[in-house]
Amino acid sequence: MQFLFSGLTVGAVYALVGIGFNITYNATSIINLAQGEFVVIGGLMMWFFSESLKLPFFVSVVLTIITAGIVGLLMERLTIKPLKKPDLLLMIMITIAVSIVLRGILMFFFGKDPYVYHSFTEGEPLSIYGAIIQQQTLWVIGITGFCIILLFFFFKKTIIGKAMLACAVNPTAAKLVGINVSRMVMLSFVLSAIVGAIGGMAITPISLMEYDKGPMLAVKGFCAAIMGGLGSNRGAVLGGFIIGILESMTAGYIHSGLKDAVALIILLLILFYKPAGLFVSKAMLQLRKF
Amino acid sequence: MKKEDLSAFIVFIFLIILFPVLSGGAYTLTVGIFSGINALVAIGLCILMGYAGQVSLGQAGFYGIGAYVSSVLSLHSGLPIVVSVILAMVAAAVAAMILAVPALRLKGHYLAVATLGFGEIINVILNEWGPGGPSGFGDIPHFGLPGYTIDSTRGYFYLVWGLVASVMFFSINLINSRTGRALRAVHDSEAACNAMGLNVAALKIRVFILSAAYAALAGSLYAHYVTFISPGSFSLFYSILVLTMVIVGGITNLWGAIIGAVVITVLPELLRRFEELDVLVYGLILTSSLMFFRKGLVPILIEKINKLKGFAFVKH
Repeated sequence: MQFLFSGLTVGAVYALVGIGFNITYNATSIINLAQGEFVVIGGLMMWFFSESLKLPFFVSVVLTIITAGIVGLLMERLTIKPLKKPDLLLMIMITIAVSIVLRGILMFFFGKDPYVYHSFTEGEPLSIYGAIIQQQTLWVIGITGFCIILLFFFFKKTIIGKAMLACAVNPTAAKLVGINVSRMVMLSFVLSAIVGAIGGMAITPISLMEYDKGPMLAVKGFCAAIMGGLGSNRGAVLGGFIIGILESMTAGYIHSGLKDAVALIILLLILFYKPAGLFVSKAMLQLRKF
Repeated sequence: MKKEDLSAFIVFIFLIILFPVLSGGAYTLTVGIFSGINALVAIGLCILMGYAGQVSLGQAGFYGIGAYVSSVLSLHSGLPIVVSVILAMVAAAVAAMILAVPALRLKGHYLAVATLGFGEIINVILNEWGPGGPSGFGDIPHFGLPGYTIDSTRGYFYLVWGLVASVMFFSINLINSRTGRALRAVHDSEAACNAMGLNVAALKIRVFILSAAYAALAGSLYAHYVTFISPGSFSLFYSILVLTMVIVGGITNLWGAIIGAVVITVLPELLRRFEELDVLVYGLILTSSLMFFRKGLVPILIEKINKLKGFAFVKH
């Protein structure tokens, strides 16, 4: 039970990172490997606003989200947009390069130490079925759930959300019906940065945050997205939770050093036997460019 | 070998011979040795990506297998080091074969992810069950032939770059052979190759194995040079680093792999003076070089030279 909950907590962050991958992937076919850095930015900026500047909680949250959004925006405008003729491999390499830049900036401002701040609510840990659960754990899971529902409504019910989906399905057709594709691409980067940063803000009180945590988070989140089928948000959420739970189960029952391997072995098995992921059909896969 | 390649090759050999004579410092030579080791991995990945059109993010796994197998064998089995290096290459080749059969059915990013997963699993295995665990182990013997050990930096420089030259010679001939033409055809259209009766799958597997063997050779050279290894040197970051070398140098040209390896190895050394800003500056240089030299350094250089030649021709 204890491991289940700690798995759900990490899994929630993987799920958010996975969704971040999906948002940019759906709009641009780019795998944005700087996704993990957004999470780190969320955690560290939250620390900066709330602990260093002593701003109130909600102001800090809003400011962190805005900062992450700006980083996403700058990233798209400065590196992705200037490249007119996209070569996907090159684009992906550029996102790696950008992630190094971001890591350099974070290291310069925050140094190499891990950071932590108070949980969102103070209080005794809860006890559910014999498992001791910090209140922050519930916050992480709750916030993730809230984000997922919000994104679901965004893509199904709002005009902008639908327009973004349209770009994903067919950019040329989207352009023809008057959707500003370039703006949607920009928006997808902003949105994925915000989603990542929210994950970072929520997880930092539990697992600390340091400047070089990004790449591992990106790999795990990417595994989550692939597992569920790249492009499917439902899949990413489930993939994230499955990976999170299996990881903490392995760490708890077998050996802590093996936890990273388990997620990857499952990933390989899924790739070999059901490469489209658990939630995307073969037919959908063939429509994909990359 | 084509005429341009031959002249480039002769220049290359001269550079290798002259470099240690002109800059004798041990530090410069050491950076040179690491460039050469990285170049070996990059050449393998370049053939795989530029000619067979397959992306691998798992080269660090093969590099690690090479380093560990060769070190453990030379420490404990009493075999000559040359034999343990060859056995390390065989081990990596076998691992590549096992991975290749299911993985090369995958395409695009799925293949990249599968190889990434493989590399990370190797890393976890080395961390858990490798001698010394996460902190690694030392006292690995220096490279040498039976009865003769290469322990001078200059000697090792010649050894590493001599091997780079041989691997390069072999690879250039390979891509200009029937197999190489078939590979480029696979890159352009798999369906057409299948229709022409080429065994595409077997070709891809063979190139994958070749790139793994190159990486293992580099890994064992690394282990026998630094004489101390730990799993940290064989992580995903190394795979990404090699990928960066190939792309910066130019994916469509084997010489690009060497240039890219040298640039990416030397750059962090030059950036030491920026102290805590070095990561940032490295990232900025990488981003802008990817954005402004999109085809990679070598193909752009060749274009420039051809243009100059064109002008010269017009003048006459």
